[in-house]
Amino acid sequence: MNVQLRDTPLVQATSKIAIADGDIHPARFKASEFDPWLDQKWRDRIAQFGTRQRQPWQSGPAYPKSQPNASRRDAVPPEGGKQGSSLAFMQQQHLDPNNVVLGILNPLGSGQGIQDVDLSIALCHATNEWQIAKWTSQDKRLKASVVVAYEDPIASAAEIRRYADNPDFVQVLLLSRTSEPLGSRKYWPIYEAAAEVGMPVGIHAFGYGGNPMTPSGYPSYYIEEMVGHSQAQQSLLNSLVVEGVFARFPTLKTVMIEGGSAWAPALAWRLDAAWKRLRAETPHLARLPSEYIRDHVWWTTQPLEEPEPRSHIADAIGWTGWDKFIFATDYPHWDYDDPATSLPLKISESQRHDYFIGNAQRVYRGVA
Amino acid sequence: MSRHVVAAASEIAPGERKLVSVRGRPIAIFNLDGEFYGMLNRCPHQGGPMCEGKITGLVTAPEPGKYDYSHAGAIVRCPWHGWEFNIRTGQSYCEPERFKTRTYPVEVADGAAVVEGPYVAERIAVSVEERYLVVDL
Repeated sequence: MNVQLRDTPLVQATSKIAIADGDIHPARFKASEFDPWLDQKWRDRIAQFGTRQRQPWQSGPAYPKSQPNASRRDAVPPEGGKQGSSLAFMQQQHLDPNNVVLGILNPLGSGQGIQDVDLSIALCHATNEWQIAKWTSQDKRLKASVVVAYEDPIASAAEIRRYADNPDFVQVLLLSRTSEPLGSRKYWPIYEAAAEVGMPVGIHAFGYGGNPMTPSGYPSYYIEEMVGHSQAQQSLLNSLVVEGVFARFPTLKTVMIEGGSAWAPALAWRLDAAWKRLRAETPHLARLPSEYIRDHVWWTTQPLEEPEPRSHIADAIGWTGWDKFIFATDYPHWDYDDPATSLPLKISESQRHDYFIGNAQRVYRGVA
Repeated sequence: MSRHVVAAASEIAPGERKLVSVRGRPIAIFNLDGEFYGMLNRCPHQGGPMCEGKITGLVTAPEPGKYDYSHAGAIVRCPWHGWEFNIRTGQSYCEPERFKTRTYPVEVADGAAVVEGPYVAERIAVSVEERYLVVDL
């Protein structure tokens, strides 16, 4: 018979440059994974009363996601469970083939911002211990974020200081939609503690602050929530600058996560123009707003805007600064950016190095 | 160009798909009501594996408030970003002028013909009783 039998692997092994990933979402295989760090009273409370988000909808996200668990359909682990819940599969599908040598964990849905603040504090602490037990102690490439119950900034600051000397933690994690704009002095103890321990404050899109999703009210479609994350990020950045957070904490670093970035130059230009006219209203600012943004804010890349022609994104990145971007995939979420294809530009070696790893090594402590 | 036997026809039921490799190229083979279609397993957007996408239909609106549903079972959505492609033609529905995913004609051949050859089979044991899916590449 005229048939050749051949054994061809479906996936070709490739050698790729080492990269950082500033936004990886680990998930629980089952809800009880937090139990070792949750007192029985909290487990009972969750079983009897649940966890209430600060939003008018009492269960589930206000805007249901377009894909199950907002995740890639190919990211379900072979052993089952949520996307992102298996370290072995994360290694096999993402960390190893993409040569991720530094992965920042940003656990979502872990209890940040829920209405019962004492329960939020307990869940956030459980999340932090779980990150060590399930992730960072098992794979040295992964680093944790201190998840804090940000509506209680005093408790949050204590949680940050608790991990001050633990090298597995490199960032403090906040969400963008809080009950008050994040520059409000209510939140200042968080920034004070973060600056003290040398961790940047990462501010990730999402959360439910009790306010409408957009400044003009509740939208009709999920796509409006998606792009509305940029508006939330713009408002909180405005607030951080003009409330004087960066003036007050000169060593504070922040990382804007998953809110886009091409809008940043326009916001800074507009703030500068307005501040020159209105300076007397905010005399506690000693410098132009754009200078505070330039010195205190980094940006994760995903979801990178996709303009036509694509070269426009290089202009936008250049206006903000090639030294300010931290590559991120958002694995395993469905709006994942692929390291090989998401930046289809000819750029210099040093720009590529900074974008994919160098900037991250300078922002997060102890990872270079 | 050579003829590659990629699977037995019975391996892929209507509505199902299978990932195969032809000369190192990953190709998703779809069975649409007994007709077979091949599509490169890399989305033209960022490279998502099309074979793992959801198979669905196409919702269009000739005017606001009026919805049409067509192409039931003939649209695959990329498992990463949800871009929609026509399984038969590879056409993208977001930017049809610019994006098309590579498609490959799939022929169904009788086992007897396959045994006579010449064909290249990727780990397929061929029997005269079966029918086989063949891709030219």
